[in-house]
Amino acid sequence: MIRLEGVHKRFGSLVVLNGISFEIKKGELVALLGGSGSGKSVLLKHIAGLIKPDKGKIFINGAEIASLNKKELESVRKGFGFLFQGGALFDSLTVFENVAFPLKEKTKLPKEQIEEMVFRYLELVGLRGSEGKYPSQISGGMVKRAALARALITDPKIMLFDEPTTGLDPQMSLSILSLINSVHKRLELTGMIVTHAIPTVFKITKRVILLHKGKVAFDGTPQDFMDSKDPVIRQFLGEEEDVI
Amino acid sequence: MFLFLLQSLVLCFTPPIKVGLFLRQIRFIGAQSLVVILLTGAFSGMVLGFQGYYSLSRFGSEAFLGPAVGLALIKEIGPVISALMVTGRAGSAIAAEIGIMRISEQIDALELMGLNPLRYLVVPKLLAAVISVPLLTSIFDVTGIIGGYLIGVKLLGVGSGVYFGEMANYVDMKDVLEGIWKSLSFSVIIVWVCCFKGYYTGIYTGFGAEGVSRATTQAVVTTSVLILLWDYVMTSLLF
Repeated sequence: MIRLEGVHKRFGSLVVLNGISFEIKKGELVALLGGSGSGKSVLLKHIAGLIKPDKGKIFINGAEIASLNKKELESVRKGFGFLFQGGALFDSLTVFENVAFPLKEKTKLPKEQIEEMVFRYLELVGLRGSEGKYPSQISGGMVKRAALARALITDPKIMLFDEPTTGLDPQMSLSILSLINSVHKRLELTGMIVTHAIPTVFKITKRVILLHKGKVAFDGTPQDFMDSKDPVIRQFLGEEEDVI
Repeated sequence: MFLFLLQSLVLCFTPPIKVGLFLRQIRFIGAQSLVVILLTGAFSGMVLGFQGYYSLSRFGSEAFLGPAVGLALIKEIGPVISALMVTGRAGSAIAAEIGIMRISEQIDALELMGLNPLRYLVVPKLLAAVISVPLLTSIFDVTGIIGGYLIGVKLLGVGSGVYFGEMANYVDMKDVLEGIWKSLSFSVIIVWVCCFKGYYTGIYTGFGAEGVSRATTQAVVTTSVLILLWDYVMTSLLF
């Protein structure tokens, strides 16, 4: 469903991705780990077609994303959901309007049905009662939850989560991850979660990819990841300080 | 940059047009610029009244104060100063707003929803500016003519009938149309440059608050220079 072949990206002299290759099968949910600035968000944006690689190819459902024209790319993106690190809610719209936005703009659903769906998803992310507020009037965690509701409301087939639990308290983090898990199971969602919530995220993912210095340093199960003696992984987990 | 304008212009003629956003921009670019236009229009006209009277009285031609004020305002000063005022008031805000949307990934979010950001961010502003700026220019001209009248007629003693009568004799429809064509083209320049600078914040100006501030400054400076440059081109073509 998602396949990367030797993806390279550099910004000026900074090499961010240095030959990334992996494949994610349909229905698979993968945790993408890595230190700050290791290129996780950049990699997600490549998969979503927001950034083009300098070298290498990215395939979504067999179609190479960089070679698609605007119309084809829009049609591929119809099945996409993306939770941005900062939420990316529209400042000028209320929480309700933000969550309703993709349905209002991309579907012909009646107003009442949109309203019912928005309230259902706001309930799911624990934001019922905040629907009339603007993004500037709510906390960072609430922004993230509203953004999650907006991303999930269109029932995407591929979902990319950029740090869905950062800024949330442990209980809310857990409920957001279990929400992702339930949506993943219900919709057979294919997805990738960038997160630092280790080991909580391993409750919902069966595969882990670790990025280090622009390359895939580990690709395997959470159990193997935790048991690994690889110094890069041990250092990432905060156990060895002077390896890298 | 030209491709950005071309795509936006094509979208202006391709439905659906976002009517709500368009009306909001009419209010923002048009209605909310009214006070500044009235003020600058009145004072520009008053200054022209003084300067025109001073220059013309040297040749004993005070009777031509009306046409002098009218032609200067309608053909040059009205369209140019109105456009510069709209650039300072609305253009800077447009660049900053779109720039913030870029760095906070709101534009990426629109793209990922399979929506064309230009349709939401540029087209309503372009349509609103094309309607608002010529109207604001007309208001500027009228206010300026009244300002010139107050100085020339009420303060310096030029005859009221002479002021307006000579103006009617010497100001043609061609002159009025020249002003309208100029203000129409200036409105496109304002939205085009300011939206472009905001839209590509990060790529050309760097990210963060500094990137947005740089994009806003560049937007205002580039638009102002382009307005004056294009004014010269149009004046030489329509002369």
